[in-house]
Formats: sequence, C-alpha cells, structure tokens
Amino acid sequence: MEPRSRSFYVLAVFFGLFILFLYGPIVTIGVLSFQGPQGGLTFPMNGVSVHWFYDLFEQQAVGDIWASLRRSFALGLMVMVVTVVISVMGGLAFRNKFRGSTVLFYLVIISLTIPSILISLGVGLIFNVLDLEVHWTTSGFGSQLTWTLPFGLLIMFAVFNRFDKSYEEAARDLGATSWQTIRHVVLPIIAPSLVGVALFGFTLSYDEFARTLLTSGSFNTLPLEIFGMTTNVTSPVLYALGTLTTVFSFLIIGTFLLLAVLLRRRQAGAGNDAGKGMV
Amino acid sequence: MTELKTLVSGAKQAPGYGLQKPSAKEESQQRTSWYLVSPLVMVLGFFLVLPIITIVIVSFWDYNDYNFFPAFVFENYAYLLTSKVTLATYLKTFKFMVLVWIFCATIGFTIAYFLAFHVRTLPMQITLFLICTVPFWTSNIIRMISWIPFLGRNGLANSALISTGVIDQPLDWLLFSDFAVVLAFVHLYCLFMVVPVFNTMMRIDKSLIEAARDAGASNLQILTNVIIPLTKPGIMIGSIFVVTLVMGDFITVRFMSGGQSASVGRVISNEIALLQYPAAAASAVVLLITVLIMIAIMMRFVDIRKEL
Repeated sequence: MEPRSRSFYVLAVFFGLFILFLYGPIVTIGVLSFQGPQGGLTFPMNGVSVHWFYDLFEQQAVGDIWASLRRSFALGLMVMVVTVVISVMGGLAFRNKFRGSTVLFYLVIISLTIPSILISLGVGLIFNVLDLEVHWTTSGFGSQLTWTLPFGLLIMFAVFNRFDKSYEEAARDLGATSWQTIRHVVLPIIAPSLVGVALFGFTLSYDEFARTLLTSGSFNTLPLEIFGMTTNVTSPVLYALGTLTTVFSFLIIGTFLLLAVLLRRRQAGAGNDAGKGMV
Repeated sequence: MTELKTLVSGAKQAPGYGLQKPSAKEESQQRTSWYLVSPLVMVLGFFLVLPIITIVIVSFWDYNDYNFFPAFVFENYAYLLTSKVTLATYLKTFKFMVLVWIFCATIGFTIAYFLAFHVRTLPMQITLFLICTVPFWTSNIIRMISWIPFLGRNGLANSALISTGVIDQPLDWLLFSDFAVVLAFVHLYCLFMVVPVFNTMMRIDKSLIEAARDAGASNLQILTNVIIPLTKPGIMIGSIFVVTLVMGDFITVRFMSGGQSASVGRVISNEIALLQYPAAAASAVVLLITVLIMIAIMMRFVDIRKEL
C-alpha cells in the first residue's frame, strides 16, 4: 500500500472535528442530566445525582411523559409497518413505466420537499372544515406518512436500481407465478434493505414534530411534549428526558442495524444465494 | 450467470422490439402497477394533494377575531404581498438558507470526499458513514436543546474563551441569535448533504481517477476536473434537501433565536396560533410556490431516479 498523503491526515482531523460537532452537544446534555439536585442548566456540575431522572418518573406537573412516549412508540410502529408495505409495493410498480408514473413520482418529490407546516395546516383545515376530530391515529398518522413514504420509496428505487433481474427471469422460466417470484425470490433478496426502510419509517415518525403539530389532537406525541417543556421547564429534567429519549433512539437504531447485519449474514450462509441478487 | 444476463439483454434487443403496439401482457403489467401504487396514491391524495387544495381555497376565505368562513376575497394576498414585513421575512429566510447551504455543501463535500477517497476499506467506510448518519435518526428538538449548555452565557464556549483570555466578558450572541440559528441548521441538516454526495462519490469509477493520474493530473486537478463535476448530482440532491428544509422551518428559528428572529415558516405558525387560518393559508401558498420554483430549477440539473 502506498503511504498516506498529508491531505489524508488533514481530512482525518476535519472528520474528527465533524464527529465532535455532531455528538459533542448531545454528550454534554448526557453529562449534565446527572447534575446534582441544586444544579442548573450549565456547567459546573453541582454534584452528581440521578435526581432529575427520578423527577422524570415522579413529577407529573410537566405533563404526562409516559403516555406520550407510549403514543409515539405505537404511532412509530404503525407508520413503520405501513411505510414498508406501501414502499415495497410502490418500488415494485415503479420498475416499469406505467401511465401516470411520472406525475406520481413528482408527487412523491413534492411530498418530501413541501414545508412540513403546510401538511400540518392543510390536514388540520380539512378536519376542521369536515368537522372531524384530529387524532394522532388518524390525521397525525396520515400526515407522518407523507414524510416517511418518500424516504421509503427512494430507498426502494435505489434497491431496485441495483437489483439483478436475471434471478427473477430464472424463477419465471422455472414456472413460478408472479406472486411466487416475489415471495420466494425478490423479497428474500431485498430483505436487508427493508430493515433500512423500517428504520426510517419508525425513527422519522418517532421524532416528527412539524407535521404532527396541528394534526395530533389533544393527546401529545413525545416530540410535542418535549417542545412544550422547552417553553416552561428550566431545570435539568429537560436534559434527563433528552438523554433518555436519545438512549432509546440509539437502542432502536442499534437493533435495526443488528437485524440488517444478521439478515445479510444469513444470506451469505451456505446454500443461500439471496445475497448475490444485488449488482 | 453472465451468459444468462447476455441472453436476457440480447432477447430484449431483438429487432422490432419496442415498435409493437402494447400487447395484452403489457396491458396486464400496467394494471398490476396501478394496483401496487393504489395505496400510495390514496395516502398522497388525501394527505398531500387534498391539503394543498384546501389551503389554496381557504386562502381566499375571510376571517374575524374568533372564526373563519367561506368567502372570495383577495385581502389575504393583498395584505401579504404589499406588506414590508413579508419582504423582510423572505430576505431573512433567504439569508439563512444561503449561509446554511454554503456551510452544509462545504462540510458535506469534505466529509464525503474523505470517506469515499481516503478511507481505504469498505467495512471502515460503512462504519464511519453510519457514525455520521446515526444522529439523523434521533430527535431534532433534543439536538437543538443540546446546544444550550454549550452556547449559553455561562456555557462551555464562553467559559473556555474567558479562561484562555480571548475575551473578558461572556459573549451574548452565541445563544438566541442568528448565529445560533445557522449553527443549529448546519448541525441538523449537514447529514442531508453528506449522504447523497457520498452515495454519488462511491459510484464514481475509480479507473477514471487512475486515468487522470496517469495523464499527469495533480491531486487538486483530479478534484476540480474529475471528482467535483461527477459529484454534482449528489450535491444537487443534498441542496434540494437543505434548501427546502430551511425554507419551511419554523421551529429551529424560533427556538435558537429565542423568538427574536423571523422566518417565513414562523410567520405562518404565528398566524396559525392566532387562528388567522386564511392569512396563514395565503402565506403558505406563497411559500409553497417559492419552494416549488426553487426545486424545479434544481431538478433540471439532476435526474433523481437515475442517481439513487
């Protein structure tokens, strides 16, 4: 191997600083959430305690955090499942040109790039005019799909761009029906990528704020609850909640990534050539 | 496998292919495609198209202190388009957008360049790339809050600057200022630039770079004459994300400026808070048109589906 150039070391330092920039602040509030009972929002640490985490479990004055966490988790799962199913179906359909495919593709791009507050406002207005009650399981759910579906579809486009069609042709030549081809050939090959779509579906929903603002009704999701806290809570309990949800996010991300690795390993296993279906 | 591939592609290039009328097979393929996209169409129809139509309709409605009702008035637009505040807000939002774009493009390109061309093994590239993308999957609001202990009057930045003797008095403009807004935007949205640029760079044929080197190009020449031109689509996709996210934002500006700075999104959210829905709808229509024009311009430079 040729020796590293000087620019490598300069760029490596830049990369290190970038990582520090990305993670530094969140580590800081992680540390500060263990602030002593008398401590404030900034350094120095006034002793070390789990007082603020304890507060989080006890104090209900800041709103019902646990109920909103449960709601966000349930909503995340709902959005995840629907995003995976609709994205796979859409991805399969978009492999061929069909009448209206261009228009639909541009709609997907608009869905991705439209300012979130417009979805919030528009859906809120529809429910208002139709005299329906906004609720996180209906209007909130649909609004979040307009954010997660474009990501899911773009991932599926990327997956099918790299998909080796000869496996499908082979299945068809052997007499498989379309459904059998999808079930036994296409899905096993794209399975690890579906974990990626699921990860996007869940986390984007779990953290979504703007599109749920006017569409979740009287029951807050967790990001809405946290935002409410920023305006009236000025103690490290805010950091404790931030640390807790970030740890939770990391656990979720870790689980999904592990699942993707395991699926890929299974594909690489003996007697299984699904992993070779991507070019 | 290769034989099979040539066989299949050979069959497709058979003479006359593509000249025939749509066969029964193609008809049924079309129908299958429609069935497959029908749930997508329903979701986008009800939660994207219908809301946009509703906003456009309501933007012509009238309102008073406590209600809004059907009408056909142009006042909402007349007020919006003649008000000096609108112009100032748009200029401010554009300023944020340009600054954030410059920082995100520079940082995003450098990081992606390092990952794609200086990190040598694929597992290492993937690992470092994932480390860069993990924050993307965590809460934006928490990531904003996490700047408080850093930038506050008694925060880490001020303490460090005072203890090293750079300043005597804590700087007030670090938190709750335009500086903080831009910093938070870059922190939140840089990943949207890193990911597509890295994706495009990984698809550059390495032999092109070898060829440039063999032809005597210096590293800098390779960068400016080979890599940057080939990375343009990725930069464009990243820019579409950054530009639209900043243009439509209302929460980062509100939180990081401490409520002192305005942006187009904040104006809309304020009007919503005051229940002036028709006014908010008119502002939203103007914002949507602005954003769509910008996307349309940027989309001319890139074929998104090909780049994925």
